[in-house]
Amino acid sequence: MQVSEAWLRELVNPPVATAELVAQLTMAGLEVDALTPVAAEFSGVVVGEVLSTIQHPNADKLRVCQVNIGQADPLQIVCGASNVRPGLKIPAALIGAVLPGDFKIKESKLRGELSFGMLCSEKELGLAVSSEGLMELPADAPVGIDIRDYLMLNDNVIELGLTPNRADCLSVEGLAREVAVLNNLSFQAPEFAAIEPQHQQTLEVKVEATQACPVYLGRLIKNINPAALTPLWMQERLRRCGIRSLSPVVDVTNYVLIELGQPLHAFDADKLSAPIVVRRSRVGESLALLNDQTIELDGDALVIADQQQALALAGVMGGKDSAVFGETRDIFLECAFFTPIDVAGKARQFGLHTDSSHRFERGVDFNLQRRAIERATQLIMEIAGGSPGPVQESIAAAALPARAPVKLRSQRITKVLGIQFGDDEVHKLFEGLGMQVQVVENGWEITPPGFRFDIAIEEDLLEEIGRIYGYNNLPSSSLLMRAELGKAPEAQLSLARLQDCLVDRGYQEAITYSFVDEAMQNAVAPGEEFIRIQNPISSELAVMRTTLWCGLLNAALYNINRQQSRVRLFEAGLRFFYQDGQIQQRKMLSGLALGTVNVEQWGEKSRKLDFFDMKADVEALFGLAGVSADFVAFQHSALHPGQTAQVKNQRGETIGLLGMLHPTLEKQLGFDSPVYLFELEQDAVLERNVPKFSALSKFPSVRRDMALLVEEAVSAAAITRVIEECRETAIREISIFDIYRGPGVAEGYKSVALALVLQDFAQTLTDTEIDAIFRKVLDTLAAKLNAKLRE
Amino acid sequence: MSASIEDIVKQALQELASATDLSQLDQVRVNYLGKKGLFTQQMKELGSLDPEQRRSAGQVINDAKNTFQEALEIRKVTLESDELAARLAKECIDVTLPGRGQTVSGLHPVTITLRRISKIFADAGFNIVEGPEIEDDYHNFGALNIPEHHPARAMHDTFYFDAHTVLRTHTSPVQIRVMESEKPPLKIIAPGRVYRCDSDMTHSPMFHQVEGFLVDTDVSFGDLKGVIFEFLRAFFEKEVNVRFRPSYFPFTEPSAEFDVSCVMCDGKGCRVCKQTGWLEVGGCGMIHPEVFKSVGIDNQVYSGFAFGTGVERLAMMKYGINDLRMFFDNDLKFLQQFR
Repeated sequence: MQVSEAWLRELVNPPVATAELVAQLTMAGLEVDALTPVAAEFSGVVVGEVLSTIQHPNADKLRVCQVNIGQADPLQIVCGASNVRPGLKIPAALIGAVLPGDFKIKESKLRGELSFGMLCSEKELGLAVSSEGLMELPADAPVGIDIRDYLMLNDNVIELGLTPNRADCLSVEGLAREVAVLNNLSFQAPEFAAIEPQHQQTLEVKVEATQACPVYLGRLIKNINPAALTPLWMQERLRRCGIRSLSPVVDVTNYVLIELGQPLHAFDADKLSAPIVVRRSRVGESLALLNDQTIELDGDALVIADQQQALALAGVMGGKDSAVFGETRDIFLECAFFTPIDVAGKARQFGLHTDSSHRFERGVDFNLQRRAIERATQLIMEIAGGSPGPVQESIAAAALPARAPVKLRSQRITKVLGIQFGDDEVHKLFEGLGMQVQVVENGWEITPPGFRFDIAIEEDLLEEIGRIYGYNNLPSSSLLMRAELGKAPEAQLSLARLQDCLVDRGYQEAITYSFVDEAMQNAVAPGEEFIRIQNPISSELAVMRTTLWCGLLNAALYNINRQQSRVRLFEAGLRFFYQDGQIQQRKMLSGLALGTVNVEQWGEKSRKLDFFDMKADVEALFGLAGVSADFVAFQHSALHPGQTAQVKNQRGETIGLLGMLHPTLEKQLGFDSPVYLFELEQDAVLERNVPKFSALSKFPSVRRDMALLVEEAVSAAAITRVIEECRETAIREISIFDIYRGPGVAEGYKSVALALVLQDFAQTLTDTEIDAIFRKVLDTLAAKLNAKLRE
Repeated sequence: MSASIEDIVKQALQELASATDLSQLDQVRVNYLGKKGLFTQQMKELGSLDPEQRRSAGQVINDAKNTFQEALEIRKVTLESDELAARLAKECIDVTLPGRGQTVSGLHPVTITLRRISKIFADAGFNIVEGPEIEDDYHNFGALNIPEHHPARAMHDTFYFDAHTVLRTHTSPVQIRVMESEKPPLKIIAPGRVYRCDSDMTHSPMFHQVEGFLVDTDVSFGDLKGVIFEFLRAFFEKEVNVRFRPSYFPFTEPSAEFDVSCVMCDGKGCRVCKQTGWLEVGGCGMIHPEVFKSVGIDNQVYSGFAFGTGVERLAMMKYGINDLRMFFDNDLKFLQQFR
């Protein structure tokens, strides 16, 4: 909503400068988004009348004009505009005038002809960004008057960002009421005298939907002058409020909309076949709207219809067929109150948003219609003449919104706002806001007016007090904290600890969109049941990610395209998917790495990252929690078939994946080196072992190495598992320190070098005992894995 | 006797002096004190003398041996220290060359900001709670006193999955979820991702909010003001000014927006604050009785306040970031500035 400051000040004019007025509005909850002067600074320009023009003797495009500026002698001014002609009224800049851009007008000679000023275009006065030729003023413009006064240019446009509860301020009158209260001034809404009917003709109106339309006023105005023009002052006011002048009748309805906040609609009376009906739409009924859009109605919209068809979408927009046009002489003026709930959502349903729907959705004063129709009639008659009939009224009082008194307890003012507020102050404040105040025990009963739809409970009244008193004037207190001891659950790590660990291991945290491109989603997690957004912002952000890899891969590509050859990223966030038809949202921790293991270094050969580098990072996360995870070879269509592991916790539940991006996908996505990825369920990695002490052995430990020959298919995990299953308590550690293939080892086999650390709690182990354990381990390995000791 | 003992000593001392490293020195030692060494031979020759001569001659040889040994020790110390000095000199490196191994990286500025906010409130006893990002419309709207067709719904630019399932447009649904399951007193901070169907220079379809709320007996608007004041001063680590403007949120009454004096120009007016001296930070208010009603909390006994603020916005102010879109480009050159 934007309004002209001068218009506002015509209703109430507090003794404060513009900046202060604007600050008052903002601090009262009517936020001013922008303040723009109507015109740039300029001076010395008056209304002039071109008396004569003669061709300049030395220049084809110039004319020498005699211009009347209301003084005894006309001025000679040389002008190059093509629309200059005798009789034209124009803005004339006199000698000494200063135009926008600090352009000073001096006496000059143009190709030998003297010029005592300049005739101006809208652009030259800073009124328009561009313009063609001189600005043409109305023929009745008084010659000699300062153009700033004539066009009322000493004015500002105040643009307000109003919250939906303050529909009452969607008018100059509503704002004036607020400004008056804020400045301790009184404000009385102007009365508009009832216009005497000049004929008794009416159109029959039947309101069927009385709940949705409790008030419907209509008036037939006949014989208006179709050639009438909207006066400049009204055009200017509308323009400053962001509304384009169209025709006198439409301009008047818009003017009253801005002035009083009441939307009106004018129909071309000749095109109506009475009776007019206010009813619910019929399924399948269509309506061609003023904006050339034709809508298909359901059974739920509210329409104004005649015997033929729906004429208007009530409170939203009129129809094309019944609209006033250039030849219209007889109009039917509609001024109604539609219940907010019945208009709400209707405009949006058809992709519409109008000044009318904006107001009806939020609530229009249901006592306003009579004043508004009289005001509109008066203005139409002033501009375009016409003969008004009587006002037809259809009012269903029972359907009007209730305005019950709301109790305000004085003790609540103190308790919630921390201030004391006396009887006088309460009366003054609420009566200023148009409310009725009644003193009752321990407080007041306050009845809101028809234009306030946001006062229903005591808190609403407290807000009014705080708002007018000034939030910043309310005391600020230090919080009464109820002391409570914190919790320190040890069985759970914090996500922050995991994030820090990854950061320490060289991973940069990324945050990527939760919605991704469907193609990327399908490529990275084929077969997953993803969730689709109904109204995505674009097709690249249309489905919810089932894995964080989508975003990480995109982020990695973004960086590779910016000359980064080594990328390590992680992200913590939700993945989304359907499971048995139910939406699931699961917290994940995912990582991506590509390029060299370490940054290039002068003293060390660069090495490309591999599976085991990333595996160490994943193991480090589990290490924080003091738990170990199992890695099981796995097939995943987005990952390398031979370099992928499923991560399982100690209960055997799958909690994540680790692997190399499939080379085909790597190429397809545009990477030029292998990409490693992991994704883990946060909850599983956060599960922590609460430490439990176990005694230390006092006896020395012994290390024994063995090299085993096994078939390629035998995994390291299988070997250690078999050794563990021997249940030799003296074996304290098992580690693999070499894998060998080549001369001395048959094709299809590998040599695995293991170190066993043995230690006993009761004694120092003797060689005989150690040999016995060793023998048992070897026998078991031979039996279960067909492993042989390599000689 | 082949040579006089004096000559031997003289010769020996000379040889010690000319030994240039420890192995040469050891060779000299062997030459004189070894099994076949000159002093050893001298001692062996003593056997042929009569006892009288043997004692005095033995004394002379012993003295000579001692002289040699002392000199040997001194020479050994000298050579050892020379050798160490030479080794140290040789092992000298350029300590300005870069180290090797993994380098540390950093957290996303949003995470850094969220952690700071969470810490400020956690230190005051607020608990940190998270909620789902795909929400039902009841928690996102209905329970927050935003009925269907309320104009406030249109303001939220909601992403829909179906008529009743949305991407949460704010962190306020966490208020509802907590109050449904826990009884007051409550002090909660709820950080997280939120989504609005809007994307341009100053809007991202995904961003982060922090919601805070407190429910107890006797909570006043003054308490809300106090908490916001203290929070903003702690967050910006300077004496910022704060102002409260009346506003409207269906789930609070009274409602306010809060602004902080521009942290770029200290409120003098600059490009960032559009010459107003103020930067909008967030919204707040006293929890609406309808909200309490929907979660079954008696609003005659309890009152509470809630506030919410955009995390990216706070980070932009704190670090002087001028483009919202950079947060989600994940350009390493941007991200690695925050550590």
